[in-house]
Amino acid sequence: MAEVKHSRKACAVNPLKMSQPIGAALAFLGMDQALPLLHGSQGCTAFGLVLFVKHFRETIPLQTTAMNEVTTILGGLENVEQALVNIHKRAAPALVGLISTGITEAKGDDVDGFLQLIRQKHPELADMEVVFVSTPDFAGAFQDGWGKAVLRMVETIAKPSNVRRPWQVNILPGCHLTPGDIEEVKEMVEAFGLTPVVLPDLSGSMDGHIPETFLPTTLGGTRLDELRSMGESAYTLVIGEQGRAAAAKLKDIAGVPYTVFDRLTGLKPCDDFLALLSRIANTEVPPRFKRQRSQLLDAMLDGHFHFGKKKVAVAAEPDLLYALTTFLTEMGAEIQVAVTSTESPLLNRVPADEVLIGDLEDFEQGAVGADLLITHAHGRQAAARLGIPFWRSGLPTFDRLGAAHKVSVGYRGTRNLIFEVGNVFIENLHEAVPDDFRPTAEPAASCGTGCAHGAAAVACH
Amino acid sequence: MSALQQKVASVLEEPGCATNQAKGEKERKAGCKKQLTPGAAAGGCAFDGAKIALQPIVDVAHLVHGPIACEGNSWDSRHTLSSGSHIYRTGFTTDMNEMDVVYGGEKKLYRAIKEIIDKYDPPAVFVYQTCLPAMIGDDIEAVCKAAAAKFGKPVIPVNAPGFVGSKNLGNKLGGEALLDYVIGTREPEYTTPCDINLIGEYNVVGELWQVKPLFDELGIRILATISGDGRYNDVATAHKARAAIMLCSQALINVARKMEERYGIPFFEGSFYGVSDMSDALRKISALLVRQGGPADLPERAEALIAREEAKAWARLEPYKARLKGKRVLLFTGGVKSWSVVSALQEVGMEIVGTSMRKTTANDREKVKEIMGTDAHMFDELPPREMYRMLRDSQADVMLSGGRSQFVALKAKTPWVEINQERHHALAGYDGIVNLVDEIDKALYNPVWQQVRQPAPWERPDWEQDLEEWQSCNQEECAGEVCHG
Ligand code: SF4
Repeated sequence: MAEVKHSRKACAVNPLKMSQPIGAALAFLGMDQALPLLHGSQGCTAFGLVLFVKHFRETIPLQTTAMNEVTTILGGLENVEQALVNIHKRAAPALVGLISTGITEAKGDDVDGFLQLIRQKHPELADMEVVFVSTPDFAGAFQDGWGKAVLRMVETIAKPSNVRRPWQVNILPGCHLTPGDIEEVKEMVEAFGLTPVVLPDLSGSMDGHIPETFLPTTLGGTRLDELRSMGESAYTLVIGEQGRAAAAKLKDIAGVPYTVFDRLTGLKPCDDFLALLSRIANTEVPPRFKRQRSQLLDAMLDGHFHFGKKKVAVAAEPDLLYALTTFLTEMGAEIQVAVTSTESPLLNRVPADEVLIGDLEDFEQGAVGADLLITHAHGRQAAARLGIPFWRSGLPTFDRLGAAHKVSVGYRGTRNLIFEVGNVFIENLHEAVPDDFRPTAEPAASCGTGCAHGAAAVACH
Repeated sequence: MSALQQKVASVLEEPGCATNQAKGEKERKAGCKKQLTPGAAAGGCAFDGAKIALQPIVDVAHLVHGPIACEGNSWDSRHTLSSGSHIYRTGFTTDMNEMDVVYGGEKKLYRAIKEIIDKYDPPAVFVYQTCLPAMIGDDIEAVCKAAAAKFGKPVIPVNAPGFVGSKNLGNKLGGEALLDYVIGTREPEYTTPCDINLIGEYNVVGELWQVKPLFDELGIRILATISGDGRYNDVATAHKARAAIMLCSQALINVARKMEERYGIPFFEGSFYGVSDMSDALRKISALLVRQGGPADLPERAEALIAREEAKAWARLEPYKARLKGKRVLLFTGGVKSWSVVSALQEVGMEIVGTSMRKTTANDREKVKEIMGTDAHMFDELPPREMYRMLRDSQADVMLSGGRSQFVALKAKTPWVEINQERHHALAGYDGIVNLVDEIDKALYNPVWQQVRQPAPWERPDWEQDLEEWQSCNQEECAGEVCHG
């Protein structure tokens, strides 16, 4: 059980954290024919846009209400109105995700009130769904924004229903799942003869397909009619804590039972996931998963040599941090330092002595002497300074190809992860030199670190 | 009017700005502030612009006062390089939280400055204002002043919160911070009659280093670069230069003009992109230095260097001419690079089928028109959908643009070369133009284009017949591919 600590610094150095609004924006990017609209100054949108473009290597539809110094003080009603009218005219999306930012929150813009007024004044906008989500930049982090956007979509669009579709299952993935991960989950569900409705579905919109035409909105992703029908599903499966609130809301609205999987990486959670699917579908687990499971067992056996007692430093948002650290420790590695961006009930359960809500400076300081660093691409400076192997995980990954297609869920994804991370360990194996075996005058400082090589081990035990 | 509003107004009325010169008195007073259209705007904020202009000063700690959005979403994403300190790449931010919004963020900012000085001890700290603290009234100027007095170190306020305007305005506000607090605060160890400043050169992917040897050879010393690979103490001595070259269109025109006004440093607008532009810059700076009391033989030596380098560049470009002649280019970028790149590409026989004029000044526009002989292919705006259509209909063989439109080109299966801030290849000087042409050549002749444009076999009209032929070929053990293709 980890102790959760907060960094006490006034100055965050090398931020791990990104803002809530763009987390919410990403959730809307998983909707079909959608356009996220940040209610704030244009710069916030530009930064979010560049970040996503570099990570996904796709064009990203993202708009702004373009608040300026004056309108910020006066209140943003007019800007929201103009933005919606313009967007309706130019892009005609099915869904606008209207996302507040720091300044409009601090000013206290009553956006829900604005929307009512605008709806009255502009009946022509009736065919455009607008979901407002409140996400000040001065609170929470990226995954909180995602969670709130998903919750708001369920709250405003999902409907109660008397109809049940016993074959339909809702999937609520966290933002730490890649489009590749979501595709893997969908395949698992479909293999049981079930129809998954994924909210939101980045594997439809941000999966790198080549569209036939070019739209100013997303193309692919969850359709609104699918979202509306989620109340008719037999079950909701949540992957990551960040989706819990939305699933609970859907249960309130439409009585759909749910289960939260705090991760889908590692043998046990995958077993549980498939067992539950088998129960929901009332069929046997298809043979292909038995085969995949046995392949995973084999990979664990082959891989454990390389993970055993390795010290790993991990910095990631809570759900990703939890998935990575449990996986690593289940393979025999130890977590030397764990840093995260925001609060989560999961943090206590991270298999480390301590979880620090902090930044990559904290991470770098804690990582000295580790065997491996895992964080998003911004860890590259720390890795270079420390001279420690670095494996990228999470968003943004702007300096590697295929970030959207990495798979680390399910049996196959877990197997992938063993191979990828294990290979980094293998590549950095220390080959013995004579000095390794020379008896040292002083006893090694700690058993945990010095034991690996010959003489030091003798001194320790 | 607040001090910031006055500053913004004065920068917007910049008399040196070509666009403003063309305006009447009243229009000019109104400033060049364009009203953004909500729901149809794209582009960075003033804070972004200020950071672009100043972050290339490499030994300074750049501290962003604001919530996580401003720095957390954007840090370490620019490709300006350093030959020394790397502290400029470190992301510092006060990461304001709810409490800071309620009680004000000034105390936290002060503590943040202290932490940075204690831990990193840079020669100076630059503090960037952003929207939220500006809105709640945090006075960064006062905090910086107090911190500077207390810690005995320059702490420079950069007052360009995002919501005052565009990236371009932010460039200038960043420049104002240098004028107000940095330039002229130190004396150089020594001076030479050939000391110059480069204003608006950011050393993107090392382009400063690409041209510096040319100046070195002529004995021209770059006293200060504003701000590529810059050092705080060098920028502080920039007032002692004899002349300056202003680059990057007019991003820092206010700096160039005010330095002329205050310190009598003459400048001209130049570019290091393209053979003729590079030569032009060398010629002009030599002449200017002579006028400022530099060695009389400088122009002559410059000519010799130009002749040698041009000959080398042409010789290196020669092999590309046959491969690139007549290839059609869509050039989509703002500002400086339009006209300098246009002339460069024409030098190797490429045809410009379109160029964007967004963000360019009237001057730039004139130059492009002059070079292309017409303004028929100048777009003010080319929405992605339109751009995509043009490329799908193969109205261009290759597109040159910034990262944002990269995927429009790629999805349209069109070769693409990056030429903005985020480019990975140094394109300046005589070597740079060869690099650019080589990049274009590399993109155009990559074998993927042919492959990705082929429809899948089952999408071809008589695919079944094709398949049969291919199969029978295979059986006869001839190379299937030959028949198939
Ligand atoms: S617009 Fe304002 S809040 Fe947004 S990134 Fe720019 S400075 Fe920060």
